[in-house]
Amino acid sequence: MKKGLTLMITLLLLLPMVSVWAGGQQEGTATAEETETVAVPEVKLDYGKPSGDLEIFSWWAGDEAPALNALIDLYNDNYPQVEVINATVTGGSGVNAKAVLKTRMLGGDPPDSFQVHAGQELIGTWVAAERMLDLTPLFESEGWMDVIPEDLINLIGTENGIWSVPVNVHRSNVMWYIPENLEEWGVEAPQSWDEFLEIAEDLEAQGVTPLSLATNWTVNHLWESVALGVLGADKYDGLWNGELSWTSDEAVEVWATLDEVLEYTNDDFSSLSWQQATDLVVGGDAAFNIMGDWAAGYMSTTLNLEPGSDYSWAASPGTDGVFMFLADSFGFPKGVKNPAATLAWLKTCGSKKGQDTFNPLKGSISARTDSDLSKYNDYSQSAAEDFADNRIVGSLAHGVTANEGFMNDFATVMEMFLNNRNPEQAANAAQAIAIQNGIVSR
Amino acid sequence: MVGSKKNTVYSMLILLPSLILLLVFVYGFIGNSFYVSLTDWGTGAALRENPVKNLIGLENYRQLFTGAIHERFRQDLINAIFYSLFLVAGTLGLGLFLAIMLDKGPKGENILRTIFLFPMALSFVVTGTIWRWIFSPKGGVNLIPTWFGMERGDFLWLSSREKVALFNWQSVPQIIAFILFVIFAFMLYGGWKNGRKTQTVWGAVLSGLMLFYAAVLHYLLPPILPYAEFHGFSLATVGIIIAAVWQYSGYTMALYLAGLRGLPVAMYESAKMDGAGDITYYLKIAIPNMWPITLSAIIIISHISLKLFALIFSMAGADNASTGHPSVLMYLITFRANNFAVGAAISVILFLMAALFIIPYLIQSYRARR
Repeated sequence: MKKGLTLMITLLLLLPMVSVWAGGQQEGTATAEETETVAVPEVKLDYGKPSGDLEIFSWWAGDEAPALNALIDLYNDNYPQVEVINATVTGGSGVNAKAVLKTRMLGGDPPDSFQVHAGQELIGTWVAAERMLDLTPLFESEGWMDVIPEDLINLIGTENGIWSVPVNVHRSNVMWYIPENLEEWGVEAPQSWDEFLEIAEDLEAQGVTPLSLATNWTVNHLWESVALGVLGADKYDGLWNGELSWTSDEAVEVWATLDEVLEYTNDDFSSLSWQQATDLVVGGDAAFNIMGDWAAGYMSTTLNLEPGSDYSWAASPGTDGVFMFLADSFGFPKGVKNPAATLAWLKTCGSKKGQDTFNPLKGSISARTDSDLSKYNDYSQSAAEDFADNRIVGSLAHGVTANEGFMNDFATVMEMFLNNRNPEQAANAAQAIAIQNGIVSR
Repeated sequence: MVGSKKNTVYSMLILLPSLILLLVFVYGFIGNSFYVSLTDWGTGAALRENPVKNLIGLENYRQLFTGAIHERFRQDLINAIFYSLFLVAGTLGLGLFLAIMLDKGPKGENILRTIFLFPMALSFVVTGTIWRWIFSPKGGVNLIPTWFGMERGDFLWLSSREKVALFNWQSVPQIIAFILFVIFAFMLYGGWKNGRKTQTVWGAVLSGLMLFYAAVLHYLLPPILPYAEFHGFSLATVGIIIAAVWQYSGYTMALYLAGLRGLPVAMYESAKMDGAGDITYYLKIAIPNMWPITLSAIIIISHISLKLFALIFSMAGADNASTGHPSVLMYLITFRANNFAVGAAISVILFLMAALFIIPYLIQSYRARR
């Protein structure tokens, strides 16, 4: 009895020693100061003729697979010597794929190119980890600097380079409704949140939920639309570049407005998927829904509704003239097995033909301003026009403006806010996580 | 004598490979997690080839228990305790009930036994998906009242934000001290009654200390949080608990049924002879005699209750904080937020919780073998 206990205690005491040994093996000698001065490796423009295998890693399975397959077919037409391996890990917005990707990258087995949300989700994780190549030479030689809006290039790059090729653009700040229903209820799409709150009163009296909402992340999605509407584009950008404090009166006002708006949403939102929230609007139970424009794809393709007549849209209240974007993109990881084929893949992704093949099927618009609009449906055409002349800002909920650490902590802050509905406390907590994740300095 | 020595050498040689593997892949990795939890590995450059890790001591643990932004961790910890309590109570109670029913040998016992045992064959993901439908707010069980002409139920099974049995996180040290006081007081009582001197002295000293802390010191020391923070039993967890109990009561039923069938028939007959009814027999004779089975069931089920990750993930989603569990939070913090050190700290805490259940079991089975 005593012997057994002694043995167990000895083993437990030995653990820290093992750990120090194991940890010592991993600890690097590089310090932050040293690595910052190292020049960023750029992509080369000539790796020779593409051949061999090319592994493309993405989370585009199911509804989104046809778009990816069309792009791969186009690639194979141009480079028939290359065998494309389509590695997908299913799971909405890449929740599972990202974890798999992390283990592969850490294990020294990067895929030749991987899908990632353009912006800080890539920059804060993989660029900060120095695992990506700078694509500036490619952008210059392909002439993408002229056809991709400058606002967009600024958001997907840092001062050290441009890190990924956007294949599509989605809009986040869109409010969806059914024109026929609004007419019946005698309301119009609101132009500001104040206007919305007035209308909401009226709608509620008629037994209609003014705004439909779904699971956790859609509340973050709503937050960014509210923030943009309350702050305007400049101050919204200010949150991310440190010019506007998260504890300022304006930032608290965002939370206070969200608090008022949440009064007019469905109670059971946390149990619904975003499609179910759209269904509430389509079914006439709710008046409006704020969702990215993949909702247009869902209504047009899955529900067979005609854009413009069966369903309609407006910029979310107070954000007219601003296009809040998110984009999927492909980057060039360091140390890939087949750089020639990877380079060819990125060229295909960024080409006009590639984008116009991919996007009509995906339900998104091209990141280029010179795309052939006749290939797109009514909604996409209107979005493309806005994209070409609107002010462009980045989405938080979809990885453009903040790194993954902030995004995850923000979801926790949102949970806290939903529980206690205290705008001051939420603003303070947001400031705390912004400092912790390096969005603003102390 | 010579032969047995040779045997020892052989058995050592045979055991050596698995011992080494165990040391490296189990204890080495546990140790490494513990080491990581003492560093600041995380934030921006966490995924570098040679990430910078600085030792920061127990800072991550301090943040988890008293930091403003880790409120969710604390609620998840409370949830984990409630999950364990209710899962053990539910499966043991229901399993015992089913076992006693079947012990009477009803018609179709074989079929019923199989039916009750079936859920255990499902994976948590399947169970979670089925029960998510059953508990969806506008369908499933909420529709049952409409069969009787009543209004549809409106309880949000998996997303309710309501909490009951609220308590302030600031008073947690006091509560723990009080629980320890009760335990040490029992020690004191036991020592005094059996005339064991050392036990009496230790019991007196420790229980006195705990009582002093709970009654006096706690009010003099600064609070662990600068503000009051209320946690409690989250009503959204009820749905998860029901699904888990559904899945595992068949298993405890099988354990108990084997136990009941293992009791000598003579015991039942002599109890009958002495005029005991069925209730008296089960309550006073059968259940106490099955104590070893109850104990192992408690240990196995409480162990399972720490592994609810898959069920919660598939039933309520990882982002749903009302049904949270430290293991789900660990996944989010590690793989979504890239905050490896804090994730490691959570997993070390989970490891210690598991040890809390396993070590008494190991000691007990070691004693039994002696």
